[in-house]
Amino acid sequence: MKRLQFMSVRIVQGLLALVLIATANFMLVHSAPGDPVSIMAGEAGASDPQFVAQLRKQFGLDKSLPEQLGTYLTHVVQLDLGYSYRQQQPVVKLIMDRLPATLLLTGSAFVLSLIFGVGLGALASRHAGSWVDSVITVVALIFYATPLYWLAMMAVLVFTVQLDWLPAFGFFTVGADLHGFAKAWDIFQHLLLPSLTLALFYMAVYARMTRASMLEVAQMDFVKTARAKGVRPARIQRNHILRNALLPVVTLAGIQAGGMIGGAVLTETVFAWPGIGRLMFDALLQRDYNLLLGCFLFTAAMAVLFNLITDLVYTLVDPRIELS
Amino acid sequence: MKRRKLLQTAAASATGLTLAGIPLHLLAAGTRGGTINVALQPEPPSIMIGTISNGPALLVGGNIYEGLLSYDEKLVPQPSLATSWTVSPDGLTYVFKLKPGVKWHDGQPFTSADVVFSIDVFLRKVHARARSNIVAVESIKALDPLTVEFRLKYPFGPFLGIFPANGMPMVPRHIYEGAADFLKHPANATPIGTGPFRFKEWSRGSFIQLVRNEQYHVPQVPLVDSLYFHVIPDAAARAAAFESGKIDILPGGSAEYFDVARMAKLPGVQLSTKGWEMFAPLSWININNRKAPMDKVEFRQALSLALDREGMRKVAWYGYADVATGAFNSHLKYFRADLPKLARDKDKAMKLLAASGYKGETLKLLPLPYGETWQRMAEITRLNLQEIGIKVEMVPTDVAGWNQRLNEWDFDLAFNFLYQHGDPALGVARNYTSSNIEKGSPFNNVEGFSNPQVDALFEQGQKETDPAKRQAAYYEVQKLLVEQMPVAWLHELNFPTLFRARVHNPINSATGLNDGLARAWVA
Repeated sequence: MKRLQFMSVRIVQGLLALVLIATANFMLVHSAPGDPVSIMAGEAGASDPQFVAQLRKQFGLDKSLPEQLGTYLTHVVQLDLGYSYRQQQPVVKLIMDRLPATLLLTGSAFVLSLIFGVGLGALASRHAGSWVDSVITVVALIFYATPLYWLAMMAVLVFTVQLDWLPAFGFFTVGADLHGFAKAWDIFQHLLLPSLTLALFYMAVYARMTRASMLEVAQMDFVKTARAKGVRPARIQRNHILRNALLPVVTLAGIQAGGMIGGAVLTETVFAWPGIGRLMFDALLQRDYNLLLGCFLFTAAMAVLFNLITDLVYTLVDPRIELS
Repeated sequence: MKRRKLLQTAAASATGLTLAGIPLHLLAAGTRGGTINVALQPEPPSIMIGTISNGPALLVGGNIYEGLLSYDEKLVPQPSLATSWTVSPDGLTYVFKLKPGVKWHDGQPFTSADVVFSIDVFLRKVHARARSNIVAVESIKALDPLTVEFRLKYPFGPFLGIFPANGMPMVPRHIYEGAADFLKHPANATPIGTGPFRFKEWSRGSFIQLVRNEQYHVPQVPLVDSLYFHVIPDAAARAAAFESGKIDILPGGSAEYFDVARMAKLPGVQLSTKGWEMFAPLSWININNRKAPMDKVEFRQALSLALDREGMRKVAWYGYADVATGAFNSHLKYFRADLPKLARDKDKAMKLLAASGYKGETLKLLPLPYGETWQRMAEITRLNLQEIGIKVEMVPTDVAGWNQRLNEWDFDLAFNFLYQHGDPALGVARNYTSSNIEKGSPFNNVEGFSNPQVDALFEQGQKETDPAKRQAAYYEVQKLLVEQMPVAWLHELNFPTLFRARVHNPINSATGLNDGLARAWVA
């Protein structure tokens, strides 16, 4: 009952936040120099006032800014994200078309980074001070400090150009017309490099955090008590230390998950992965207002949602935390 | 390469039955079948090139849509949807005969009614460049299903140059007639043309697929079954995709020049700078002539003399550019060859700068946000100008910001390059005539240059049909412009197309890849 009440309050709060976010986004996007019309006129290599006026009218840009904001918010509240004039399709359709590719990429990177990051961190803390710890710490530091973009480029150069093991770009082999298992295998091959490069950074972060957090918890009295009681070391490590050390990891995972939709811009660009991050980036460059705002709002909604989920997970990891 | 070129020229002169200089029997020798993969960047908003005419849209749409004429590398009109044309002695009436038996992709016949609709209704309404190209047209009439007559208000020298697919594409009347808004017409998503390839699939963010038009009106072509245009946003990733063989063609401008120089040397890779003759891109620095100190001709000349164009050519363009002589690209009609290449002279520049009354104002320089090469160009320019004592502040922007600032004349110096579209009246005059000073476009006279003599000469060149008289006007204006230096011309750009050796004959007209890949084959 308490949980239900908590949820409904948080959902209402979240929705209010989203409206505020939508307004702020609108103002920010419109304050950037250049509008979609000047871009399209520029790309055409020729334009005259008639052409420009025609497009402005069509896009609704001939109205005053407050009027445009009013129209936009009225539509958003009705869950209508509008029409992308540049791509000549509804924004919702464009986002939904890209959603599977993005979820596949960021989802797999999320799972990979969480499993390996926490695993390696636990391993390092268990062998703190040994060579295992040193290797894990150094490797984590390297991946933490290396720019994602550079890592992706190197991966392409080595595994695609030099070794020719993995495909260079895209979501699947275009024109291959594969089905069933062959198709899944094909997508897996395309997924491998982008997903790994995206996962490495967070993997490093989780490893470092888990290690530090576990070492800290290991010094606490209840762990000493458990040891004194003669509990098996593996059990202490898993149930007493790891479980208590996971809270900061959960926080971070919540943030990573919340940013999952829009957070892969660089990876998606380098690997020509047809996801939402790229959709958003292109929309930004082309000042495709409706699409850009739609993407922003969608990612904001995801962040709000995952924030809520994170709070729920806290209570599962640590029963002492109460929802209020 | 050499052998093919030799064959082309030899055979073309021997027989009249040619396509863009390639005799039909040679085309028949090409292998049928296969697929060509082309890099595409950025993803175009639409490939209906009657409504959207940016570079990537034309690259894809040029395979689907056709114009009345096409142009060989000397810019001589060649038959396409029109097979022949006659001009009245007074230069006011043009009659085109259309090719019989041409069908739209949905099976409807292509007739003179489509031509009248395309030009007089559709393009006049939504295509800015076509609209400005037909200002001289009084009326367009269908005399019979295969004959179209254009009447002009005044003689218009470049008239036969305005009919390529990329500037005047034919669109199907039976689909668009009566529509309230051509720009939002649902049929734009499933383009129907008369061209060699038909639209098959567009997976947004990934690729566009076109397939062979089996009913194409030219026998034997197209040769390949399928074309894929892959959207790869990152330049380094495009280079990697090309290098690993997943992409067959990197169109001009889609690779960074340091990559071009490197990849051109790889085995199995060919490079061509042909196929841009119609566009003949020319780069320059727009100088805001309205503001001091740029309003002084001495200052503009000093600025021009300070620039190390030869160094830029080598360092920034890796040799794929030629130093300009003035307002005309040397591939353009009526190019005046006796003007010297613009060279550097620091001493003279400093003297002129002193004479201009320059008081040490800091000038805002706007680089062109189109990749590394333009970034290097801006850096070299800043260095060159600082060397003679001009203070420069760089104002980096993205494409939208660049457009906005040029549209609003909010700059001191700005990089730009323009296509010349085969004729000075179509692609050059727009940047220098007073009548074209108007906010809202980065490609008209944004520098605000105004000179009655220049205006008169450009008008004379446009309204004259006698080539000798046109030449006289344009020769004069070229000399005058160099003296006035309204902009600092930089280079004739030779956009290199990289393609893998398995692709044969990808470029065979003055509009290159934009004219479609009908005559390309793979082996």
